[in-house]
Amino acid sequence: MRGKVLYQIKDKAIWVVFIALFIGFSIANPRFLDPNNLITVLRQVSMYGIASIGMTFVILIAGIDLSIGSIITIVNIVCAYMMVNFGMNMWLAILLSLVLSTLIGLLNGLMVSSIGIPALIATFATQTIVEGASYLISGGTPVFGFDERFKVIGQGYLGPIPVPVIIMVVCFAAGSFILNKTYFGRYFYAVGGNEEAAKLSGIRVGRVKYMIYALSGFFAGLAGIVLLSRTNSGQPTAGKGYEFDVITCVVLGGVSVSGGYGKFSNVIAGVMIIGILSNGMVLMNISSYTQMVIKGIILAAAVGFDCIQKKRQAV
Amino acid sequence: MSEEYVLELQHIQKVYPGVVALKDVSLSLKKGEILALIGENGAGKSTLIKTCSGAVIPTSGKIVVNGKEFDSMTPQLAAENGIAIIYQEFNNVVELSAAENLFLGRPIRKGIMVDKAAMEREAEKAFRQLNIKIDPKTPMKHLTVGYQQMVEIAKAIQQNANILIMDEPSAPLTSAEVESMFAVVELLRQKGVSIIYISHRLEEIFRLSDRIVVLRDGEYIKTLTTKESVIDELIHLMVGRELTESYPPRKNCIRHDEIILEIKNVCGNGDKDINLEIHKGEIVGLGGLIGAGRTELAQMIFGAVKKDSGQFIFKGKEINPKDPREAIDLGIALVPEDRKRHGAMLGLSVKNNINMPIYTKISTLSAINSKQELEISKKYKKQLEIKTPTLNQLVKNLSGGNQQKVILARWLAANSELVIFDEPTRGIDVGAKYEIYKLMNDLVENEGKTILLISSEMEELMGMSDRIIVLAEGKITGALQKDAFNPDTIMAYASAIKEGHSA
Repeated sequence: MRGKVLYQIKDKAIWVVFIALFIGFSIANPRFLDPNNLITVLRQVSMYGIASIGMTFVILIAGIDLSIGSIITIVNIVCAYMMVNFGMNMWLAILLSLVLSTLIGLLNGLMVSSIGIPALIATFATQTIVEGASYLISGGTPVFGFDERFKVIGQGYLGPIPVPVIIMVVCFAAGSFILNKTYFGRYFYAVGGNEEAAKLSGIRVGRVKYMIYALSGFFAGLAGIVLLSRTNSGQPTAGKGYEFDVITCVVLGGVSVSGGYGKFSNVIAGVMIIGILSNGMVLMNISSYTQMVIKGIILAAAVGFDCIQKKRQAV
Repeated sequence: MSEEYVLELQHIQKVYPGVVALKDVSLSLKKGEILALIGENGAGKSTLIKTCSGAVIPTSGKIVVNGKEFDSMTPQLAAENGIAIIYQEFNNVVELSAAENLFLGRPIRKGIMVDKAAMEREAEKAFRQLNIKIDPKTPMKHLTVGYQQMVEIAKAIQQNANILIMDEPSAPLTSAEVESMFAVVELLRQKGVSIIYISHRLEEIFRLSDRIVVLRDGEYIKTLTTKESVIDELIHLMVGRELTESYPPRKNCIRHDEIILEIKNVCGNGDKDINLEIHKGEIVGLGGLIGAGRTELAQMIFGAVKKDSGQFIFKGKEINPKDPREAIDLGIALVPEDRKRHGAMLGLSVKNNINMPIYTKISTLSAINSKQELEISKKYKKQLEIKTPTLNQLVKNLSGGNQQKVILARWLAANSELVIFDEPTRGIDVGAKYEIYKLMNDLVENEGKTILLISSEMEELMGMSDRIIVLAEGKITGALQKDAFNPDTIMAYASAIKEGHSA
């Protein structure tokens, strides 16, 4: 009985943290509560939110994807390059960019699943390869001068709500649907919880891994498109460091780094926490270096919390 | 009395929650003798020797080494008192040389540097003493298993062990390697080393040992002088019991003429030339000792491991499952031996576990039909009487017997026709065992299923099977019809004693 209560508290704890932070920042700086500021927070957080969906799946199977920052970058460069230098139709450029990002994800899947390279190393290698390729394509200089319509994706509004926020919400819905309503979701949990048992109950574990890394690439690509539209120029450093924030969002949302456990609703809370934390710290004039220190501590604490739980269970 | 023994285990008892692993076991080892320790799987041999190394702390009892009394050992104490154990898995670093492995953890040093030359010299000497022909510079990974074991023995001797405990040392070796190992063991005996030798190969025991200690179900049974005993007596002492547990009644053999699975000359995964026909409606028991190749055969049928050659003919068609998914779709199921690691997905719900193999079938455009999912779960919860508060309960919170039922429900849901049970009642309490047996009977009687039952429990094997096939070292060594079931015969086949020899 006590275990059950504890379990429920743990399950909702992240939302309690969110509310506490929200109240804390509201008191510390009245500007925080300004509706315009809150909309800004949501808009800022939208790229993390979109990318966190794929990352949630990856971490659920006890994997990791360090390449998403570089995928965001290359999508920035390639999409911009195609639109500006080839005069390509923006929708076609977007489509091809997403295909590219998914293929990079598949490459991660190939290395992790078929070859057996540890995910940390495989995606780390991909990160460097893709980042290098981005510089090669762009020559190290920004690419800009897009169609006006392209701006809508990252800068537009539908009524009072920014388009990127709508994209994020749609992606959350899609992610939640995949995880909770389709058999793929069940497979993700099964593979993450016990790969060998999953295999012996008929799951083709290799295919599941391919799919997950491809999805991670896809969602990172989508985040890249939104970012490109927001900044309105393809930057060869656009996605740098994104993997860190996205991984933090996901583990903060309680997805266990040892796989098999996690809830999508809590990941959303994780994303929101990182969002208001970044925003709140900026409002409070905390330097970006200090912010780095704090974020690092948060990541270690979130994972540490999960590990301590695991240890207790084992005893 | 104590002076003549180098090692005495006195009234050793080991109790785990719910299980008594060792009940008042005593044993004494004389200087310079080879004492064989034998017993069936689970008789307590490994637990007993682990008390000598400190890996197992006895609940009560005394360990007396060279006259010194201990309540329990630690690895350091064991080493200080000259006890060394050669396990089946070696503790070596394959990238390092034989010499470096010999001095692993306590290298010869010259200042802060490791003195490689000195170690190689010393190793050369140590190997020569034991008549082992190994170049000390050879990397461990280039040595055969037999030589790796020799290095392991030399290491023990190098560390001044005078009590050597060997756990199934011949199991991984080829017959030529076994001969060399025997020579080393003989030599050690002449040098005054005392040896406890664990093996299920009775022929070896007769060749090597001076005395034999028999354990059964964690109890000490008897000590025999090897010269005065015969194989039949040993087998009887190891098995030595009547069928005590009752088994649910079953209509006598519902075997059909139809052959559901024919195994033809199958080799691979450690098995050699397996031939077997399984008829629809049978329960075929696979007997043998651990490592005899039974689980390995099941893995090949189920597509978890590829066979090297031979054929599986399932329902008249040759099959070649490349993964479990394919085998499941054909109608083959496996209830694995290690329920927690390979069977149940502990962190998932009862409902998810039951439906796992059939999710693709109860989904439209990959979205699960949750009504169907629930109905299927309810149906099998009722049919198998799975005791769980809700279907959303996580499987890890269920008892062993109920976990096993969930796995069984999974295969019923998947409509499997041939169900392979690998040690289905291991770690399950007696009441739940009976229920599992009833369910197995029900499967063949009322559901038209066929069962291949792998079991190391003699009573279960004899109580449940229509016929028994015995494997030893990857080969079929015997087959028995129900009226010829006899524990002694099965044990003899399992110990790979050639026919005629034991009779």
